Amino acid sequence: MNVQQQPAFKAGDYKSDITPIWCPGCGDFHVLLSATKALAELGTPPEKIAVISGIGCSSRIPAYTNCYGFHGVHGRSLALGAGLKVARPDLTVMVMSGDGDGFSIGGNHFLHACRRNIDMTYIVMDNRVYGMTKGQPSPTTEPDWDSALSPGGTGLSPFHPLVIALASGANFVARSFSGNIKATTQTIVEAVRHPGFSFVEILSPCVTFRPDESSWKTQTHSASVEATDDPARAARRIMTDDGFNVGILYRGKRKPYDIHVEDTFKDPAILGEEFAV
Amino acid sequence: MAVLEKVRDRETVAQTAEAAGDSIAFAIVGSGGAGALTAGAILLEAAGKAGWYGLMTRSVGPQIRGGEAAALISLANRPVDCPAEEYDFLVAIDWRNVDRFAKEMPLAENALAIGDPAAGEVPAIIVNTGATLAQTELKELAGAIPGGRENMIAAGIAAGLAGLPIEIVMAVIASKLESKGQGAIDASRRCLEVGMQQARAYGKSYQLRAPSTNGNGRWLITGNEAVGLGAVRGGVRFAAAYPITPATEVLEWLSPSLRKIGGALLQAEDELASINMAIGASFGGRASITATSGPGLSLMVEALGLAIASEVPIVVVDVMRGGPSTGIPTKSEQSDLNIAVYGCHGDAPHIVVAPLSVRDCLFSAQWAVYLAEAMQTAAIILSDQSIGQARALIDSPIDNGFIAERKTVKSVSEEGYNRYAFTDDNISPMAVPGLPGGQYTADGLTHSIRGLPSTKGEDHQKQLDKRRDKVEKFDYGEHWAAIEHNVRDKSPPEFNLLTWGSLAGPAREAMRLLSNEGISVKLIAMRLIAPLRKQELLTELGETARTLIVEQTHSGQFHQYLRAKCDLPGEIRHFHRPGPQPIGPKEICDQIRDWKSS
Repeated sequence: MNVQQQPAFKAGDYKSDITPIWCPGCGDFHVLLSATKALAELGTPPEKIAVISGIGCSSRIPAYTNCYGFHGVHGRSLALGAGLKVARPDLTVMVMSGDGDGFSIGGNHFLHACRRNIDMTYIVMDNRVYGMTKGQPSPTTEPDWDSALSPGGTGLSPFHPLVIALASGANFVARSFSGNIKATTQTIVEAVRHPGFSFVEILSPCVTFRPDESSWKTQTHSASVEATDDPARAARRIMTDDGFNVGILYRGKRKPYDIHVEDTFKDPAILGEEFAV
Repeated sequence: MAVLEKVRDRETVAQTAEAAGDSIAFAIVGSGGAGALTAGAILLEAAGKAGWYGLMTRSVGPQIRGGEAAALISLANRPVDCPAEEYDFLVAIDWRNVDRFAKEMPLAENALAIGDPAAGEVPAIIVNTGATLAQTELKELAGAIPGGRENMIAAGIAAGLAGLPIEIVMAVIASKLESKGQGAIDASRRCLEVGMQQARAYGKSYQLRAPSTNGNGRWLITGNEAVGLGAVRGGVRFAAAYPITPATEVLEWLSPSLRKIGGALLQAEDELASINMAIGASFGGRASITATSGPGLSLMVEALGLAIASEVPIVVVDVMRGGPSTGIPTKSEQSDLNIAVYGCHGDAPHIVVAPLSVRDCLFSAQWAVYLAEAMQTAAIILSDQSIGQARALIDSPIDNGFIAERKTVKSVSEEGYNRYAFTDDNISPMAVPGLPGGQYTADGLTHSIRGLPSTKGEDHQKQLDKRRDKVEKFDYGEHWAAIEHNVRDKSPPEFNLLTWGSLAGPAREAMRLLSNEGISVKLIAMRLIAPLRKQELLTELGETARTLIVEQTHSGQFHQYLRAKCDLPGEIRHFHRPGPQPIGPKEICDQIRDWKSS
């Protein structure tokens, strides 16, 4: 007999009572919804989850969840998350930030978090703009996007997060669109379940400074092929990526980082012995 | 065959009883990789086994191989807190780069300088000291012994001159060369014997008086290792690491040591990451540490403010070197005081603790961990290169009993949990992730008691007040300073000697020297730099005192800090200069003597 088990948690159990500061229509509302749905599906109690962020609109997300949270300084969310996970391997660690926080000021940490492959999930809400400081180009902004800070555009090639993640050794690489709650939820579930460092770029439109991103709803399309565990194949696919393929690109088999703090400790008195003459 | 040569006639200076045999200082120098430091380390350990105390500092250039490397060793019948100001003898494996470091090892009046004629002429900088020069063919003597090495001949010479028994030196060598087999051990013995034979031929002796103890319970440890051990004793179980001279050894000691007891060290991509990793781990409930030097501390300052504002305890060790910018990485200075005390933007009260000696690195680090955890704030340990990389023979330090004890919540009632609640002791009980109902978001934004971002004046004022009061009103006991007198009676001293951190060693030695001249001195060596224990300091200084403030900075940062915080009583003089030359006891004595005679 096949008995349908009642889920222990609902999405609402992972949401706090705080009203987000986000603009009405911001894609991040959908990311919050998808994340809480994913956590409910995973069934980990909220107190065993830590949501870590940096600075920016999207980085306000920890307080909107009912998990333990850390709203750190700009760009260092991955370092906070890495330290936490190594110190407390029993926790589920989700680092959630934005394209400025994650790819510009925090760019170096992104590379090394991928390399290190600690078992945690990194979700970047990418809206291709600095929203909290009122509309400056970010690393993923198109080169001709006009702004007060960079009139006529930066002229710079946009940063390609998936390429960087794959090349740097992330063990799970995916892209999603915030408006597709069902797919985003499933992607987050798979990202959290996958061992090692999982990276999910979520295209999350900024309605205020990038109204043009409303077209993302129609521009995004499912990737035509299933995820691969072959980095070379994943790399070839990225070459033809138009930036709007959504789905799981890569599921690696690399062993996660395995050094961590234990639950119980030996008496440090043994450590003095080596100094006795 | 050693050739003795008196370069210049000198009057023999009458030695005080103090100097005859109670302490000696010598140096072994050579190119990096020649083994001078190895030879020095062996002799220091042997001296410990024999029952003496000692200190070895090293002078190294930036090169990995081929730069200068000098082992500077002081041995005595009492703990040695600072490098010698004069050296009794010097053994040079070669003379390369000697110009760069000769100033760090001024030779005493009747000193002996030994060099290998094959290494070229004795450099003028040595000849001009007036030392007796001895030529010994180190290379040739080593070459005649199968497996022989010049540095072991040099070790034999130094052991002979210092009066270190060969069997004790051999015991150290045997334990180090165990894996290399009997052949290597025998070769070392031959080298030592040959070296000692040479030493006898010089016709000079600097033998130490027999030790007053048998060396049982003696430890050989560097300041950097002692900081690591103190931190772990205090409860640290997580470290984050980014290498930097001269702090790397703290991290290299912590990595395997933490592993042995169930902790972990995580290597970071930079100092921005390492401090945030430590904060993340501490948020998870584990006492955490990172170690760096000035340039790294500069990068960490933003996150220090985060730890302070979000009230997540962390300990940051700064092993100071010459600054600003890249400065002099291998040499000591006390010039990070300002950044340690004032570096953060906003009003960010925190703890700054400065170890007073190699041995005190252990106490200070353990105490700093305790303070950070008790007050849920950042503690900076301001060590420096002079004690961090010095290796000392010390009495085995007892555990001071300071163990991290963070005020946490054990359960949460229906009313919910306010992470930043106001309490009588101004310390808000922290929920550690995993506790049901304790969920909160730690935040560097000004926040309400619940932890939610707030721009309200009331929230800002009250949280600032709380974070100030918890640090200011904490009971630091007597540990804020080491206070010593050179006279037994309690009458006010002629002079106060006020200093901080590693300068305690030279200041203590100066106080001892001055007592021989009947000058009464009180040493106040500050361990707790911030928050300044103003009332305690003023009480110790007394009303009418003459106080000499001593520090190793170019601008006088410590003096300015004290002046900014309190009206110092009596007459104040101030002696300060930058590195790389260490400030020595005799310089300090000269300041006091000048003042007394003026």
